[in-house]
Formats: sequence, structure tokens, C-alpha cells
Amino acid sequence: MPKGAGWRIALIAAFIVLSCIYLVPTLTPKLPDWWKGMLPKDKIHLGLDLQGGTHLVLEVETTKAVEGTLDLVATDLEDTLNSKNLRFKRISRTGSDKVAIVMYEKDTAAAVQKLVKEKYRDYEIIPTVEEGGMVGIALRMKEQDIQDRKDKAVAQALETIRNRIDQFGVSEPVIARQGVNQIVVQLPGIKDPQRAIALIGRTARLEFKMVKEGVSPTGGAVPEDSEVLFEKHTDPATGATSETPLVVYKKALITGDLLTDAQVRIDSQFNQPYVGIEFNSLGARLFDQVTAANVGKRFAIVLDSNVYSAPVIRERISGGSAQISGNFTEKTASDLAIVLRAGALPAPVKIIQNVTVGASLGKDSIDKGLMAGAIGVVLVIAFMAIYYKLSGMVANLGMVLNILYLMGAMSALGATLTLPGIAAIVLLVGMSVDSNVIIFERIREELRLGKSPKSALEAGYDKAFLTIMDSHVTALITAAVLFQFGTGPVKGFAVSLSLGIMINLFTSLMGTKVIFDLFLHKGNVKKMSI
Amino acid sequence: MEFLGKTTIDFVGKRNISFVISAVISIIGIIAIVQMSRGAANMGIDFTGGTSVQLKFDKPFALADARKALHAAGIEAELQEVKEGNKLLVKLPRKNALAVGKAAELVPAAFVKAQPGLQVTVDSTTEIGPSIGEKLRKDTIIAVAISMLGIICYIAWRFDFKFGVGAVVATLHDVLAMFAAYYVTGREFNLLFITAVLTIAGYSLTDTVVIFDRIRENLHKDLKGSLHKIFNNSINETLSRSIITSLTTFLAAISLFVWGGEVIHDFSFALLVGIGVATYSSVFVASPVVLLLEQRAMNKQDAGTGQPVKA
Repeated sequence: MPKGAGWRIALIAAFIVLSCIYLVPTLTPKLPDWWKGMLPKDKIHLGLDLQGGTHLVLEVETTKAVEGTLDLVATDLEDTLNSKNLRFKRISRTGSDKVAIVMYEKDTAAAVQKLVKEKYRDYEIIPTVEEGGMVGIALRMKEQDIQDRKDKAVAQALETIRNRIDQFGVSEPVIARQGVNQIVVQLPGIKDPQRAIALIGRTARLEFKMVKEGVSPTGGAVPEDSEVLFEKHTDPATGATSETPLVVYKKALITGDLLTDAQVRIDSQFNQPYVGIEFNSLGARLFDQVTAANVGKRFAIVLDSNVYSAPVIRERISGGSAQISGNFTEKTASDLAIVLRAGALPAPVKIIQNVTVGASLGKDSIDKGLMAGAIGVVLVIAFMAIYYKLSGMVANLGMVLNILYLMGAMSALGATLTLPGIAAIVLLVGMSVDSNVIIFERIREELRLGKSPKSALEAGYDKAFLTIMDSHVTALITAAVLFQFGTGPVKGFAVSLSLGIMINLFTSLMGTKVIFDLFLHKGNVKKMSI
Repeated sequence: MEFLGKTTIDFVGKRNISFVISAVISIIGIIAIVQMSRGAANMGIDFTGGTSVQLKFDKPFALADARKALHAAGIEAELQEVKEGNKLLVKLPRKNALAVGKAAELVPAAFVKAQPGLQVTVDSTTEIGPSIGEKLRKDTIIAVAISMLGIICYIAWRFDFKFGVGAVVATLHDVLAMFAAYYVTGREFNLLFITAVLTIAGYSLTDTVVIFDRIRENLHKDLKGSLHKIFNNSINETLSRSIITSLTTFLAAISLFVWGGEVIHDFSFALLVGIGVATYSSVFVASPVVLLLEQRAMNKQDAGTGQPVKA
């Protein structure tokens, strides 16, 4: 054996074995039990474009989260001042960082200011201003706290969405934060993308509000403490929807964060699904109080500003469970239960990107991609074999090694194979023989000068070395930039391409050389098949 | 087997012809880019934002009927037929966009309403908000700029600044040629196109670097020969390799173009064009540009010392 060939062969063989081990899970549907203990069990990940699925980018409207927090402060202040008998004209959020309190007298203002200072230490207090006989003070949220609240809102939204998806049941979802206020959700292989999108995008803020009787919802002005919401009806027979307006108090008596559970149940009388909910102890107590105090009145169950139902309270309800009925199908009821269990989003989210690929198109893409790849490989192999004869076959061997290593490496790194990724591999097939073409053309030149096959081979590899390095490095620069800046399929392409370039450097300079060395090392080969 | 023996073609001598051809191609490419920025080219929603839905029907559906069906549902869209299998691409520009997440529901519903009993499958939907398109466009420009810069630096370091200029001019030429080809054939500019462009930029450089390497080697061997001859010899010596490699890569790309399916059809078209122009430009653009720069530099130097110019 030629000098130094031993360890090179060993290295090549080791890589072959490693690649095969990593590829086994992808190739066989069922792994034996002993395999799963120590050996890799991850398949090559297929991109959404190949297996079908949905890629969403959501933007969390973080300013709404801050406003929500301030609204809570306003409500809380209202209750506190009322309980202390401090008279005020109005407490409300103004702008996106302040809560303003307007009072009638200076004395109350001083008392309120003292109270606020103690209770809301984290807020900046804007001193009293007098205006037209009224006195006003305001609380301002600090910039730092605003940022903090926004950041938490995104983190919370991420958690809530993850909960919802887990309960919806998607295998291998990707849910990750991107940038300041975006969340990326990938749902591979999903059957009903529309339903999933609706589920994820729903804020799911559940509120129980009293209906204000005696005010016409259509007759113009409603009192300041009330608002008009709509109750949607869908006729199960025709599918037509209608909306009934309803005047309700703005203030929510009970909210969804007091729930501990929500389940779909079936009404035995009408065979209609409904959602049964359970309150925690505070919720149960509130629910008990509210129903006791309002027997005979109507109570609106509001989700994201839509009234689901507005039943009349017939009796006091203790025990902490209630039900939401509406005209549900089994699916809509179960989706409602999921969002209620997972909790409300701290702020609304907006879907800013949605790329959905149907499963059949994905299947079609992978079939065609593999088919095209196979044809490309065969064409190149045939060409090389005809043009360079035996040497061409050596180059082909290098190319096959290249593909094997690349697939193994992708599997080992957990990289995702996309359709452009397959294209990159096919392109790589063409480019991977390039190094050998450069070497072979050199060898031919040397042979033309009358050198022996062995020294022509050495000279060919030597002289081609720098060229091959240069060309690979430049190609790698563009591939690396693609990787850094690309998203989705482009990134998949860049991964395949950069891995392929690096592997190609190894196979072309070492893989094929060792084969030639084995054949030519005795030095008595008279003619080279090139 | 061998296609070419030893050749002695005067490649750099034909530079006047090649420069004219390249100038025309580049100008069309620039026009394409200007039209793109004006929004007059066929821009994919990757960059503009908007919605596109690809549908598959169980039986043929006439384009005119499709237009009527959408119109009845109040959806203003652009329609594009996909060659194989009763497919239709419905594109809504940003200004007509439906609420994100709704397109996959509303568009097929419009067709079913117009023709009850029709089986419509949604093959894919892409909905992109305006802010994403903006970001993508910015990222793409940054990506192209950074990779160009990286390459000039690498080549300037490995060779000489003049070679760096030649390589970048040739690469830009190829990029412009791809824009031109896409624009002239009315194909859609999208992310995959940009990917193809960057790939070809890498490929074109590889091609150029191989020739540059040989020029450098020959310059070291023959310090006194005329530059013109050294450049020509180097190109001739590497000509076989250029042709063989282009051919193998072309074979791979053409199988993608023919058998790879609709999704990457345009992408592989871009690759095919790119491989062609990359091979041309490394021979007819990159090397002549470097030669011109070298001669100019020598003229300057010789003007100083009063030596006759050799070229």
C-alpha cells in the first residue's frame, strides 16, 4: 500500500459508516429496540414545502398589553377610591402610558395623591393640575417598565400559543420568538390549517358582563359605562349568520383568568355540544355573589368582544362551575375549550405571514425533486464515464460519496431538507465533479508533456490544489451569506450548499486521490485511462 | 474522449464584440431592476406583500369563468394558469388583500359558489404582510452587498485588486443577465430567484477564479511575454475544463428544469441561464477587464520611465 494511504482510507471508511448510521432512521420505517438506546434516531427533517404544513409569523401588538395593564390599574383605582369614599369624576387611561384621575376638590386630590404614592410605587406621579374647578393627577408608567411589560407580553404569548398548539395536537411544531415582537410558528403536516390559524390568532379574552336593560342598542347614544356588542347566530340548516346587538356594561365582573378548566360536554336534551368551565376559588366566590345579586337579569358571556350567549340568571349558582352554550359544532366547541384552558393572550396578535403548503403538493414536490435529482445524477455519471473513462468512474465514486456524506451530515446536524435544498444537492452533483475535472485536465496536460502516469497524477493534484481551494472558498462565501440572511427555503438551500461545498473539498482532494494512489503506487502502470 | 485538443483562440482580442454584447445584456438587466423598483415588473408577493393561493380543480375550469367567479365574490385578483393538471394561481396584490388567514377559505368558496359540486383543493397559500416584504427586500440587498464585498476582499488578497475588479464586474454582469432573462420572459421575481442569483454568483466566481489561477501561474512562469498572449494562453488551457464543468452542471440543472416540478421550474430556469452566462463571462468579460486594467497600469508606469509599451 502507498505511504499514508492507510489512515486516509480509514478516515473515508469511518465517514461512510457514520453517514450510514445517521441515515438509517430516515431509510427504515421501524428501528429495532436496541438501536434506540445509543444510536441516532432522528430522521432528516423535511421542510414544510416537502411535507406540507403551515409557517406563520405573528406580531404581538405589545402596546395593547401595556394599555391592558393600565386599564386594570384604572379599574383597581376606581374600586379603591370608592371603597374609601373618595369622590372622583373620572378615572381613565389616557394615551398609552398614563392613567388620569379627575376629582372635584383639592382635599380629595391630596388624599388620593398620598394613597397612589403608597400603592403604586413603580409609577411616576404627575402632580396636580387645576382646571375649570376640577383637580387632576396622573400616573405614568416608566419607560423601563413599559419595555418590561412588552417583553413579558411576547414571552407570555409564546407560552400561551405553545399550550394551545400542544392541546390541538401537532407533532414537532416549532414555536420560537423572532426579533422584538414576533413569533414564528411552524406546523408541519397539518391537515386543517385554517382551523389552526383561527385557534392561534384568537386572543380569547373571556369576560362576564351584565346586560344593561332598558337601553335600545340601535337608538343612538348608550350611557358612558356601557357598550354595544353583538351576538352571532348561525342557522345550522342554511349556514346563514345574523347578528343581534346587545347593550352591556363595560366593566367585566368575572374574567377568564379565574378559570381552572374548560371541557366540551354534550347537552343530553338537545344533543348540542357546550363548554363546561370550572372557576378557581376566587372565581367561584365572585360567580356566587354575582348570580345571587342578579337573579332574573341577563348575563352576557363575552369572548373577544363577541357575545356567545346572554342567558337569564334563574338562580344563584354556587360550586364554581358554569357553562357556555352557543350554537357550537363539536369542532368549534373543542377549539373554544382549548383556548380557554390555555388562557388568553396578553395582547392581540396579528398574522403577518402565512405560508401554507398542502400535503399533496408537498408530496408531489418531493417525488419530482427526487426524480429530477436521480436523473441528474445518472446523466452526470454517464457523461463522466464516457468522457474520462475509468478516471471518470473514480470521479463518480467521489460524487456518490459526496452525496452520502452530505445526507449523513444533514441528518446528524438536524438540518432541514427543503425543495431548494434538493436543488442545491443536484447542482452540487454537477459542481462536485468540477474539482475532478480540473485535476483531470491537468493530468492530461502533464501526460501530453510525456510524463509517466504516476508523476502526471501527482503534478495534476498538486497544481490543481490551490485552484480548488480558491474556487471553494469563494463559493462558500456566498453560501454563508445566504445562510446568514436567508429565511425559510432559502436557508435550507444555503445549508445544503455550504455543507456540500465543504464535504466536496474533502472528497475531491482526498477521496479520489487515494483510489488513484492505490492503483498507481507500484509505478509500473504504463497507461492511464483518462 | 476529448472535445478539444490544444486551442489557440484569440479570446481577449474579441473583447470589442463581447463588450458590446455584454453592454446590451447589462442595460436590459438594469432596465429590469429599474422597472422592479417602479413596481412595473412581475414582482412576487415575497417582496410586495399580498396573497397568492394555488388551487387544484377536479375538472378543467376556464380562466374566464374563474375571473367571473372571483368577481362575483368581490375578490379582485390576478390569475395565472399552471401548465399541468387543472391548476390555477390566484394572486391578490397587497391593496386588494383579504384579512390574513382568510384567503384559503374565501377564494375556494368563491369557485364552489359559482359552480356547485366543484372539488377544489388548496395546494398552497402564501400571505405576506407589508412589513415582511419590506424587511426581505432590505435583507436581500444587504446579503448581495456583503457577499460581493467578501469576494472582492478574498480575490484581492489571493490575487490582486485588478483581478478582484474583473471578477466582480463579471459576476455583476451575470446577475444583470439573469434579471434581464427573467424580465424579458415575464417571470416572477421572488425569493427563489434571489437564491438562484446568489448561487450563480458563487458559480460564476468559481469559474472565473479557475481561469485567474492559470493566468497568475503563467505570469509567474513567463515574466517577459506579452500580457495579451499570456491571457489568451491561460484561457485556452482552461477551456476544456470550463466547457466540461458547465456541461455537467448544466445536465444537473436541466433535469431540475424538466422533471423538478412547477415549484422550482422558474428557479431552475434561472440556474440554466446563469450557468450559460457565467461560463461566457469568465472567458469574455472577466479576463479582458483585468487585461485592460493591467495594460492601463503599465501604460501609466511606462509613461513615467519612457519605456515602449508591450501589449
